Amino acid sequence: MISITTDPIDVAAALKSIESEQAGAIDLFLGVVRDNTQERSVNRLEYEAYDRMAINEMEKIADQAHQRWPILRYTIIHRKGTLQIGEIAVLIGVATAHRADAFEACRYIIDTIKKTVPIWKKEVFMDGEEWVNAHP
Amino acid sequence: MASSVSVLLFGITRDLTGQSKVVVPLSEHTRVIDLLSRLHQDYPALAGIKSLLVAVNGEYAEQDQLIGYNDEIALIPPVSGG
Repeated sequence: MISITTDPIDVAAALKSIESEQAGAIDLFLGVVRDNTQERSVNRLEYEAYDRMAINEMEKIADQAHQRWPILRYTIIHRKGTLQIGEIAVLIGVATAHRADAFEACRYIIDTIKKTVPIWKKEVFMDGEEWVNAHP
Repeated sequence: MASSVSVLLFGITRDLTGQSKVVVPLSEHTRVIDLLSRLHQDYPALAGIKSLLVAVNGEYAEQDQLIGYNDEIALIPPVSGG
């Protein structure tokens, strides 16, 4: 359901894990590593997590989403460690009876993860590196 | 009784201090805000971070929350997952 992994994220397995005969919609969101930020060329990203708390916070987000939308099944998988351009950093999957709920719940989960879950990424450039959001 | 507590460091806080865990002395009345000011004294470089929260036992803590020597404490710099 919710996990943090150093292994590449298996999209097909994640999709399979949220299949439901009651579902009319499955939304999958993939956050992937982009090759640039603010016109600076990115070489790779390094993700780090406070695992115990990150899982705890993601469970809270999933609970909140369950209260707001009729979610049949869901999965949240966040990668950590070193990620290359194009790799999947995070996968959110939500299955609901109707598509509007799946879209909204999926968006809520990823948007809230970005605000509260103790996971950090460092952008590594050709000529330096920087923890994202860390500086004033 | 004099005691201390370990503080877990992640991301930029680990880079700035060069350590993944630091030990901070603790009294019976140490609150989150006291721990933060002590850490800022010991590691002035932490001032360069946009914001710094504290987690106690895996939950975001309020500034006036008391800290016990058995607690798991972590500094939480601005998150950037996703």
